[in-house]
Amino acid sequence: MRWTSWIAAVLLAAGMTASAQAPPAPPAPQPRFVVVLDAAHGGDDYGGRLASGQPEKAYTLTMSVRLRSQLGVRGVQVITTREQDTGIDLNHRAEIANHANAQACISLHASESGSGVHLFVSSLYPMQPSRFAPWKTAQAAWVTRSLALAGVLNSALLHAGVTVTLSRSSLPGVDSMACPAVAVEMAPDRDASLKTTADLDNAGYQSRVAGALAAALLEWQTEAHAQ
Amino acid sequence: MIPRHQKVIFSVLLAASLVMAVVLWQLRDRAHQRLIAGEDSAPTNAPLVAPAEQATLLVANDADNTLLAQTHSLPLPADPGARARAILGKLLDLYSTPDSSHPAPGGGNAVSQVYLLPALGEKDPLHPDAELAVVNLTGAFVSSHPSGLETETLTVLSICGTLHANFPRVTQVRFLVDGIERHTLAGHADLTRTYLATEAVPTAEGAHQ
Ligand SMILES: [Zn+2]
Repeated sequence: MRWTSWIAAVLLAAGMTASAQAPPAPPAPQPRFVVVLDAAHGGDDYGGRLASGQPEKAYTLTMSVRLRSQLGVRGVQVITTREQDTGIDLNHRAEIANHANAQACISLHASESGSGVHLFVSSLYPMQPSRFAPWKTAQAAWVTRSLALAGVLNSALLHAGVTVTLSRSSLPGVDSMACPAVAVEMAPDRDASLKTTADLDNAGYQSRVAGALAAALLEWQTEAHAQ
Repeated sequence: MIPRHQKVIFSVLLAASLVMAVVLWQLRDRAHQRLIAGEDSAPTNAPLVAPAEQATLLVANDADNTLLAQTHSLPLPADPGARARAILGKLLDLYSTPDSSHPAPGGGNAVSQVYLLPALGEKDPLHPDAELAVVNLTGAFVSSHPSGLETETLTVLSICGTLHANFPRVTQVRFLVDGIERHTLAGHADLTRTYLATEAVPTAEGAHQ
């Protein structure tokens, strides 16, 4: 069996030469920054009916497209859960978000109740990340980051003159997302006396909110890269 | 020819059946009168004999996404389930008023029943007598409830918080609609899960400009 040891010696020598000649490691690339935009509802799920007569599913898609283009021009990679009026179940939305390995997941809703923008973070009890997270409560490992993301969104919206409420709730779909995730519900903007100052279909209001969300996500990107 | 005795029997039987018909008619009429009189005296509403008592309601406000504790005085029955239903009825009556801070039509009839049962899961040694409240909402209330994450969550949490405020032993709340489980209230708030009474306090104050 002398020939086998000879081959082994040759291979070992070749390996050593190869490792000795390996080029220096390239500089670490800028970490990828991906945002997932989830236009809630769609297909048979109409969501709520808005004052304009438009179903919520159409409104969330409009806002998703607006926000995607605002982020796109700033070089942010965006993955959307839907681009048209299709029904996607909540598990599949979470699958898309988890597959994207995103740094921010935003689920978009709209309602005629309340005023301004309602931010929701999962009410799951924060948990340490583990290798095998239960599907229904995967968000538990991300709740702390989600609350931080909600804080950044809150500041940017307030800065843009939009009323904001921030709270926590059981959020099927979002509760299964393994990324910093916030549900963003747009309502008409109202003043202190609850008089409507901008309806949901007011284009200026839509772009003000989309602009503030985009600015917040860019700030979040800077924070994510700094860590 | 018909024999004479047969003619007599026939006349007697005819007379007897005519008399019976009249008597039956009168009996039927009397029974009918009795029934109508009975219907009039049957109570259609529970008599308000229960004394007025204080109840704490956690009233939702859509404008700032808060639950505000308010004390109201209302007649409350002694039976715990009926008492819980009366308290929630008062809360939902407030939501159905035109100037409500959290508009939701339906009012006091929106809750069909409230069942109080031993809490689910392992016994908590600190609260061995913890209870689960099962709130059976009407389909009419649910189908007319406004849609939205905030408004639906506030309705659910204000019901949970109001139950806990008046029945401290109630630590868990579940919902049924017309007696069966339903996915969501109006497309958003999850009605398939057990809510904990401790969730009914907003974790963050509404941020205002
Ligand atoms: Zn929605």
